[in-house]
Amino acid sequence: MKTFRIGGIHPKEYKFSAGKRSQEAVIPKRVMIPLSHYIGAPSVPVVAKGDSVKVGQLIGKANGFISANVHSSVSGKVLKIDDVLDASGYRRPAVFIDVDDDNWIENIIQSKDIIRECNLSSEEIIKKIADAGIVGLGGATFPAHVKLSLPPGKKADVLIINAVECEPYLTCDHQLMMERAEEILVGITVSMKAINVNKAIIGVENNKKDAIEHLQYLIQTRSFEGIAVEPLKMQYPQGGEKQLIDSLIRKQVPSGALPIEVGAVVQNVATVFAIYEAVQKNKPLIERMITITGKSMLNPSNFMVRLGIPLSSIVQQSGGVPDDTEKIIGGGPMMGRALASLDVPMAKGSAGVLFVPATESQRGKMKNCIRCAKCVMACPMGLEPYLLMNQSERSMWDEMEHNCVMDCIECGCCSYTCPSVRPLLDHIRYGKTTVGGIIRSRNVKN
Amino acid sequence: MNVILISLIALGVIGAASAIVLFFVAKKFQVYEDPRIDEVEEALPAANCGGCGFPGCRAFADACVAADSLDKLSCPVGGSPVMRKVAEILGLSAAESAPTIAVVRCNGTCENRLRTNRYDGVNSCAIAHNLYGGETDCSWGCLGLGDCEVVCPFDAIHVNPATLLPEVDEEKCTSCGKCVKICPKKIIEIRKKGPKSRRIYVDCVNKDKGAVAKKACSAACIGCSKCFKVCAHEAITIANNLAFIDSEKCKLCRKCASECPTNSIVELNFPPRKPKVELLEEVEN
Repeated sequence: MKTFRIGGIHPKEYKFSAGKRSQEAVIPKRVMIPLSHYIGAPSVPVVAKGDSVKVGQLIGKANGFISANVHSSVSGKVLKIDDVLDASGYRRPAVFIDVDDDNWIENIIQSKDIIRECNLSSEEIIKKIADAGIVGLGGATFPAHVKLSLPPGKKADVLIINAVECEPYLTCDHQLMMERAEEILVGITVSMKAINVNKAIIGVENNKKDAIEHLQYLIQTRSFEGIAVEPLKMQYPQGGEKQLIDSLIRKQVPSGALPIEVGAVVQNVATVFAIYEAVQKNKPLIERMITITGKSMLNPSNFMVRLGIPLSSIVQQSGGVPDDTEKIIGGGPMMGRALASLDVPMAKGSAGVLFVPATESQRGKMKNCIRCAKCVMACPMGLEPYLLMNQSERSMWDEMEHNCVMDCIECGCCSYTCPSVRPLLDHIRYGKTTVGGIIRSRNVKN
Repeated sequence: MNVILISLIALGVIGAASAIVLFFVAKKFQVYEDPRIDEVEEALPAANCGGCGFPGCRAFADACVAADSLDKLSCPVGGSPVMRKVAEILGLSAAESAPTIAVVRCNGTCENRLRTNRYDGVNSCAIAHNLYGGETDCSWGCLGLGDCEVVCPFDAIHVNPATLLPEVDEEKCTSCGKCVKICPKKIIEIRKKGPKSRRIYVDCVNKDKGAVAKKACSAACIGCSKCFKVCAHEAITIANNLAFIDSEKCKLCRKCASECPTNSIVELNFPPRKPKVELLEEVEN
């Protein structure tokens, strides 16, 4: 079975919520729909206080190239446009809506019947995706239409669908594939049309055998042409774009380049589902699947959640915060970040909430580096984490840039594997931010 | 005997020849250095802190000697006395500069600002700031992890374990500005030390709206503009829900401090206020 060639680790999986049918999250009285995204500029609000909005109505317009539209996920009255505490503990703009009913705008097709026919041209598809405000739902929230608009002179050979879900605990993509497989396959066909390729590979880790079989069965019986499912060996961080390309087509993306350099376009499986809904059903990105899980959780589950619902309300629905919880992580345990508060709204990039019990949340005591080079072996980008950490501690930014710190994907394999419990990623991430800032200011000057 | 004589003569000749060569080489490659640079360097405090903007005292001395006027050059550590000495050596006039000091503009003590979460990452403000807003609901205030304490070359700033806020030692602080540069939240400011170290400043940098700021920290500036209205010297500006007192314009009248509803304006080293009755009598007399 294939996997990527450099580094990687295999943490224990703990996929407690696997196979749990997704539930609709209850919509509370008030939602706060964030206008900012993890990447790019915040959207500009196009509604004002007191306006009535319907489900699917545009409330925030993309501001700049790397930005996406935001739509209302509920119907009701706009209470205010104000800052709200987000997952990082900073205040970001959001639209507060008091929910009254569930009125959808007319052109959204709400029935679950599958529409396979798509007679739109590539440009029309990409325009529809951009209008629907779809961003990469794997976590980085990079606008999907930007990824699908190929730079001039470049040609894609293959569309890669990232259904790896290599993070421990998370199961939302897995569940989506079990419940909405045919929609996903139509979404893939539409995306293939958008970038004009006739080949697509779905990369799935082999711990989701049921999903692999289900997809393969549908591809054969419902005749989806050009789509293949490739089971992959379990290895973290296979869900990284560059790692997945290496796993599936054995090509390495050059340092600092985009996947299109090797003829690949990668989309997350949840993103192609959103593309299906946007293109075939005119439904903008207003909801996504999220996993609420943890070792002491009575009922780890998957939820289909409208954007802007406070995480605390979803957690309440799944049984509340377990008593022994010490740390709450937004996302998976490897790449997720600890949440400063549970009152943060559901955002496009939220894939999970993980409750870590007190016994596991403490960091060990940091010891000296023993030069065992485990971090070098584990780094999937072929970097030298121990060296980068040392340089970050000493503010050696030029040297860090020279040692390709910008290639770091912040997967955390180095910190995970370090026997001396050194906070490698914390230092490297800080260095990466600083070096990134230096590079940007240098580019502005030139 | 002969051997000793021969070796002495041989060594002498070699020595003399080398001396002649060295003499001409030294002439040829001589670098002229203004002797005043050494004198100026001697007068400087030799802290090599970089507070003047130059990499060390020698570089600053170099710049002083090369400059036509000392108006834009100043040693924050030595202050006016040192600059006067430098001016004397160079035959120039030194600009009089009022002594300055680093001021930490956050009063988010454990009582004023409740911790809503706990940070257990690397003990560095820079790294914590890179990750998230901080342990309290105020994402503007001090993180309390002490990057300023580590960077201070004069041992003048220390995080108080009771309040988790850094405190500046007035005796030791030279206002070199290293803490200002390192603080990721931009809380520390270099301000005029003031006569008898008397200072008035807004002890907050929170730019959130009043209600939000107040909820996060009971000592936050809520941008109510009461101080702005009461100030007779136009020293106070309000921008982004935050007041700022210009130390150049402030006449230390203390009216703003008593007006502030959240006590976020701090008055330092003033004698205790007289009760109002006495004040009235004074006016009548």
